Formats: sequence, C-alpha cells, structure tokens
Amino acid sequence: MVKDIATARNDFPLLATTMNQAPITYLDNAATTQKPQPVIDRLIKYYQTENVNVQRGVYALAQATTTKYEQVRQQVADFLNAQPTEIVFTRGTTTSLNWVAQSFAPTVIQPDDEILITIMEHHSNLVPWQIVAQKLGARLRYVELDDAGHLDLKQLQASLTSRTKIVALTHVSNVLGTINPIKQITTWAHRVGAYVVVDGAQAVGHLPVDVQDLDCDFYAFSGHKVYGPTGIGVLYGKAALLAQMPPVEYGGEMINLVTRQTTDFKPAPAKFEAGTMPIAQVIGLGAALDYLTSLGWSQIMTQEQHLLQLAGSQLQAIPGVTLYGPALTTAHSAVLSFNLAGVHPHDLATVLDSQGVAIRAGHHCAQPLMTALQVSATARASFAFYNNDQDVERLITAVKMAKEFFQA
Amino acid sequence: MNISQLNDLYRQLIIDHAQHPHHHGELAQADQQINLNNPTCGDVIDLQVIFENEYIKEIAFSGDGCSISQASASMMCDLVKGQSTAQAKQEIAVFLEMLMNNPDEPSETLGDAAVLAAVVKFPARIKCATLAWKALEQAITQEEDHGGN
Ligand SMILES: Cc1ncc(COP(=O)(O)O)c(C=O)c1O
Repeated sequence: MVKDIATARNDFPLLATTMNQAPITYLDNAATTQKPQPVIDRLIKYYQTENVNVQRGVYALAQATTTKYEQVRQQVADFLNAQPTEIVFTRGTTTSLNWVAQSFAPTVIQPDDEILITIMEHHSNLVPWQIVAQKLGARLRYVELDDAGHLDLKQLQASLTSRTKIVALTHVSNVLGTINPIKQITTWAHRVGAYVVVDGAQAVGHLPVDVQDLDCDFYAFSGHKVYGPTGIGVLYGKAALLAQMPPVEYGGEMINLVTRQTTDFKPAPAKFEAGTMPIAQVIGLGAALDYLTSLGWSQIMTQEQHLLQLAGSQLQAIPGVTLYGPALTTAHSAVLSFNLAGVHPHDLATVLDSQGVAIRAGHHCAQPLMTALQVSATARASFAFYNNDQDVERLITAVKMAKEFFQA
Repeated sequence: MNISQLNDLYRQLIIDHAQHPHHHGELAQADQQINLNNPTCGDVIDLQVIFENEYIKEIAFSGDGCSISQASASMMCDLVKGQSTAQAKQEIAVFLEMLMNNPDEPSETLGDAAVLAAVVKFPARIKCATLAWKALEQAITQEEDHGGN
C-alpha cells in the first residue's frame, strides 16, 4: 500500500524538535536528510538482535545477518536497475568517486588524454580528477554554464574528442538544482569512447535513477542523503569495468587465497570491501530504500516540485532577492540558491537560524562554480518531500525579517 | 532566540563598521601581505601591513565576507594602527581569549572590537570574527621571521 505523503512528516522525529525556541524548519536537505522512524528502528533492531560480523561466521546468526546484508545489495541493485555484482558499498559518494578516480582512471588514461568535468561539480567530483590528471599527465577540462544556467551542451559536445577518456559530472547540482540530461550526455560520450561517471548524491531519493537507461559507466550516491544512515554509500559500476579496476584497499574478506608473497582477490564487489564494513549502516540503508518505495516517486516528485515552485516564486517576489540557476521548470530539483542584496548570506543565515530556519550559507563545496557565478557565497534552501507549505512560509517570513533587520 | 539577541550581535557599531569599513583598500608598498580564507564559508581577507621600527605604521584590508568578519577587520585595524608589534600581539591574544572563553568581561583595551564579545553566543560565527586577527598574527610573525632589517 502506498503511504500518504501528507502524514510522512510525522515519521521524522527530528522535525518535531525546536531550534532557538522555534519549531525547526529544516531546509538543508541537500546537506543531509532526516531519518524516518523505520530507519532508526531498524538500526536499533540490528544492534539489539542481529549484530555480528558478516561474511565469515559459521554460526546461524552470522549466516542470517550476512544474508540480510547481501539482500540490501540486491535491493540497491533493484533500486538502480543494476545487478548486485555491480553494487559496491563504500563510505559515501566522496569515497565512491575517489575510488573511480584512483583505481579506474589509470586503467584507461594515457598522458595527454583528457578528463572532462563541469563547472557545477561538488569538490568531491572535482578534486579527485585534478589529482588524477596531475598524476597521469592528463588534461582536466570544464564544461561551463550557458546563459540560462544549464550546462552548455554545445560546448560539452564540442569538447568531446578521441582524447576524452572520462566524463565526470553531477546528475543534479547541489547549488543550482540543475538536473543534467545524463542519458543524452552518455550517448555523446560513448561515441568518442569516453566513460561516464555520475555523481548521484543529489539525485537518488529525489527522482528515479535507472543506470541501464542512463547507460552511465559509474554512478555514486550517499546513504545519508536518501534518508538513511551516515557512513554508507554506493558505487555502481558496469561489471566489466569493476573487473578491470584493482582494489583500493587490501585486507580481510576481499581475498580468495593469500600466500607469503602473493594474493588472489575475490571478484567485485567483494574485492573492494576490505575489512569490516559498516554493517548496521548497510541494513539501515535498506530500510531507507524500503521507506522511499512505500511513498513512491509520483508523490515524492510532485511534493518537491510544489515546494520548489512555491518557495521559488515567493523568494523571487522579494525585492533584492537574486535566484541562481536555471528557470524553475521540472528540470530543476528542489534546491534554491539565492542572495539578498546588501546582506551577506552568513548574516542572512544567522537571522534565519534565530527563527528556527536551517539553511546553508557559503560556497557549498563548489568554489569554482561560485567564481563562475561571480559570487563569494550564496544562501541555499533545499527541500525534501517532508517539507510543507508552512516551512516555505517560515522561510519567506524570515528572509523578509532579515531584509528589514539589515534595512537592505 | 529573539530579536534582542540578534540586536546584541548586530549592534549599530558592528553594522556601521561593516557598511563603512575603516582601513579598507590596498597599500602601495606593504611589507607583509597575508591572504587568509575561512574554508567552511569562503570568507577571504587580504591584510597588508607596513612596519616601521617594530611598529605598525600602516594597515589595510580587502576581501569579501559577512558583516561580522568585515566589522572585525575594520575594528582591528583601527585598534592596532600605530601600535608596536608587541602591543598588537597582546591585543590579538586578548581578542582571541575573549571569543574562546570569557564573554562576560569584554576587555577594555580592545576599543570598538570589544562589542564582538556578543559573537560568543553564535558559535558558528566565531571564525568570521577571528579571521582578520589570525591574519595579523601571521603578518607579524612573518615580519619577525623574515622582514624588517
Ligand atoms: C553533488 C554532491 N556530490 C557529492 C557530495 C558528497 O557527498 P558525501 O559527503 O556524502 O560523500 C555531495 C554532498 O554534499 C553533493 O551534494
């Protein structure tokens, strides 16, 4: 049975708390999402009745928990329309992207080859490529924004040559809310033989992701941004590519046979999961995906679009407010970056904080993008399906109050 | 939190300094120039100092930041211009101590900067207030290590 989204908010205990003596208005969902009670309960149940190490015990409980751990891998695979052997558990998006850069890139990049990224990347899909480009003698190139605040797709196409070996880009911008046309870009990139690495941190949980349809080569996301625990992330990679990628870390459970001088590794994904994994977090991630499934995409996307339109139009109506990013269409996720003329975003965020409104202010781990936008920082309100019209109203009231307070 | 706590943070004096900062700009021939940023929020300061006989003869800052960081830089420059480096180091220590530990007794020696004691109640903003002072600390250290005669 599909759960009603209007009551879903009540499943999130943190949303019932206060901040600075006001009910919390949590609008920093792009940083991390809150956890529903079923996820919290699942973690408690794990620690109370299922806590053992996986993949190694002979006894019944170890077997049972290992099965549950592997069931989550299957569940993630189903969620992304992949095979379980293509799902590697990691610490988060950052780790997933670093592994692709450190371990996969050297298998396909020669000196003078090119890595193409975009100006809207989060530092975690930017710095690893800088480092690997330096190390391998490759060139790091950028796709810029067009005048409408989308990726400049003409420039992207023009930048793809036989030298381009990797195209790494975000599915959804954590600053601008832009939803990039991954499927189209993948088609273009594959024509020149480049591999496509997608940062899905801001996409998974907000829109359906089908890695086969996108035909991307790698896809990364974080559990904590999809209503699950921190400390767990996913790297999807096409089976053949994971196979050609050497392990990043070495240790227990990732080996077939170790002799004094040599080691034979297990196949992917096991060869990447060295040592004791965050087992509770994997189980919790499974509960989070169950929760999302119980709501269904239609309700989630309708509500987030509604909040985007409501907040976007009301912010725009405040004199002095500038919104960054593309026009508020459906190719825009519920992330709004803005500035209020004459008020620095930190000062704005402090006034909002005093009213219980949690937003982000700063460069959002995207300094090159800030430079391209010619701002040093922005304020950012980011929504989840559990936000409601009252949250938007509190945001707008607080922004107006800041405007008055600073007489901006 | 209510408006009065906000008013405490954003006193008129702080707003005035932020909107019309003193010593804002660039010096033609600085002895030391320090560029510092606050990586969590992107505030940047460029601090330039001209030293003469272990005194701060001229000081100026530029950069970009919130009202707290801009006001703090402005107040600091007012305070230390003309001071000996030893005095300035003492002021820096007093200021940092005020923001770390002792908000109840803002130091008398700090001039306008004493009002920044209110920032203690806003822990997320302490780094904004201390940025300029850390830059000055570095400028003096550099001058002592490599500069001068
Ligand atoms: C677009 C994007 N990529 C990557 C990350 C990094 O995710 P994590 O910190 O979970 O590794 C974030 C998180 O802020 C993000 O928004």
